[in-house]
Amino acid sequence: MNKKAMSSMERVLTTLSHKEPDRVPLFLLAAMHGAKELGVTIKDYFSKGDNVVEGQLRIRKKYRNDCIYPFFYTPLEIEAFGGSVIYSEDGPPNAGEPFITDVNQIKNLQPPRVKDTKVLHKVLESIQKLKATVKDEVPIIAVVISPFSLPVMQLGFEQYLNLMHLHTELFEQLIKINEEFCVDWANAQLEAGATAICFFDPVSSTTVIPKEKYLQTGFLSARHTIARIKGPTATHFASGNCLPIIDEVAQTGTAVIGVSTFEDIGVIKEKCKNKLTVLGNLNGIEMRRWTPEQTQQIVKNAITQAAPGGGFILSDNHGEIPFLVPEDVLLEISEAVHTYGEYPIRLHS
Amino acid sequence: MSELKFMVNEFERALLTLDRLKVEELISAAVKMNAPVHVASELVTEVLYKIGDDWEKGRLALSQVYMSGIICEEVIDKILPRLSPLRKNQPKMAIAVFEDYHLLGKRIIYSSLRASGFELTDLGGGLTTESLVKIVKEKEIKILLLSVLMLPSALRIKNFKEELGDPDVKIIVGGAPFRFDNELWMEIGAYAMGKDPHEAIEIVTKLMGGI
Repeated sequence: MNKKAMSSMERVLTTLSHKEPDRVPLFLLAAMHGAKELGVTIKDYFSKGDNVVEGQLRIRKKYRNDCIYPFFYTPLEIEAFGGSVIYSEDGPPNAGEPFITDVNQIKNLQPPRVKDTKVLHKVLESIQKLKATVKDEVPIIAVVISPFSLPVMQLGFEQYLNLMHLHTELFEQLIKINEEFCVDWANAQLEAGATAICFFDPVSSTTVIPKEKYLQTGFLSARHTIARIKGPTATHFASGNCLPIIDEVAQTGTAVIGVSTFEDIGVIKEKCKNKLTVLGNLNGIEMRRWTPEQTQQIVKNAITQAAPGGGFILSDNHGEIPFLVPEDVLLEISEAVHTYGEYPIRLHS
Repeated sequence: MSELKFMVNEFERALLTLDRLKVEELISAAVKMNAPVHVASELVTEVLYKIGDDWEKGRLALSQVYMSGIICEEVIDKILPRLSPLRKNQPKMAIAVFEDYHLLGKRIIYSSLRASGFELTDLGGGLTTESLVKIVKEKEIKILLLSVLMLPSALRIKNFKEELGDPDVKIIVGGAPFRFDNELWMEIGAYAMGKDPHEAIEIVTKLMGGI
């Protein structure tokens, strides 16, 4: 028996409370596909907040998406710190060479203030306009990079691992600077109208650091930071594994966990039950060449394993669908969620 | 051989706990009884193999793979210096990051191969098709290891290979897009794909037998 159709917001809030909504919510985190919709380059698309507003509204309508995702690109925060961005014709803008070339620069580094940092304002403006349009019909998911993961782009991954292991004082100083910025940036986006913050924290993943190190570093920073963010958060490991640290992630105060395609989503769901909503775990890289049959089967499998009882949102496993994933595959994913995602979930065909 | 095998577990523990003194102590003990080249291949390579494999299986973290590779590279450089005639005789080999500046994966593979007794040139990051074709031709590279972070960069390796136009250059690829799509390396016409240091060492070792 079909339940009365819910709005996207009702659907998401119901699943976040670990109850079953009318169907599984779909978060199609297609930040770049708006450029295709508007027929402009990725660089032009992200140069104006209005483009992202229009692009996200079209994506919501076309794919029956249950969220608005006004995420521009990962190195935006690096631009705020004065670093550079490299644009690509068919992929996400990438961070240029690290702007911290000597760890001693950390001693004089200051967190940028959001109100004084023009490059961030286009994001705030687009969130305001989106909120004015969609009101409370659909959640607007804004993005921050965690204070513990941002240094990968500030210093380069290798230098960051050296800093973490060999220069503890400077490491802690950098994390504190990043925490100030992260809280300011997250709260500014919430104030502009975002419903929740996606807290990208791939370095805390057990793919990158062992659990013992996470407990001494990323965990403490996430707990401090999330406590100061004035809205709900979703912690995303951007394809990294998280199964061994799920209990600790729940203790940071986050509500949602973005999980990898490499971990068993059924096992993850069981461990997250009534503590964290699971977001995932479609393989965005492989998705580029999925056939319609494969797409249906993969979506169906994820739903069957993770959706019963609520507490599940179907999404990709990275938090950003590659630009090269064709529109047909995204339409097929949406169709499959509508076919197999109605509650109660049918566990057998 | 046998006494090196007995040291494997202790050596691995020392690496994973970042105990450099213990690592040096074990290597010193090993070279008293074995040729340096055997210590590199039968102790260090063996342990790096295992660490890489454990990362691939989700049992260890990337930071442990990285730190282990760096420590091993340092100790092996002491017993097998860069220009030592004892280093493995091989065709010219190089490693690079294609189109971006995410250098960690390259660094890990570079360290692991050097710690295993191979010698290779680090070409850096941010290389485009044009700049890489020029360098590979100038330096007469025969084995080229390419690391990428982004899917479009991975796909453009196909174009790089066509522009290079030299079938004798073996291109071995690695990086996130290849880990998430097992068929991608074949689509772009690479010689092989390595997911971790374990596989990189294995591929290069096998390749050396055929060149």
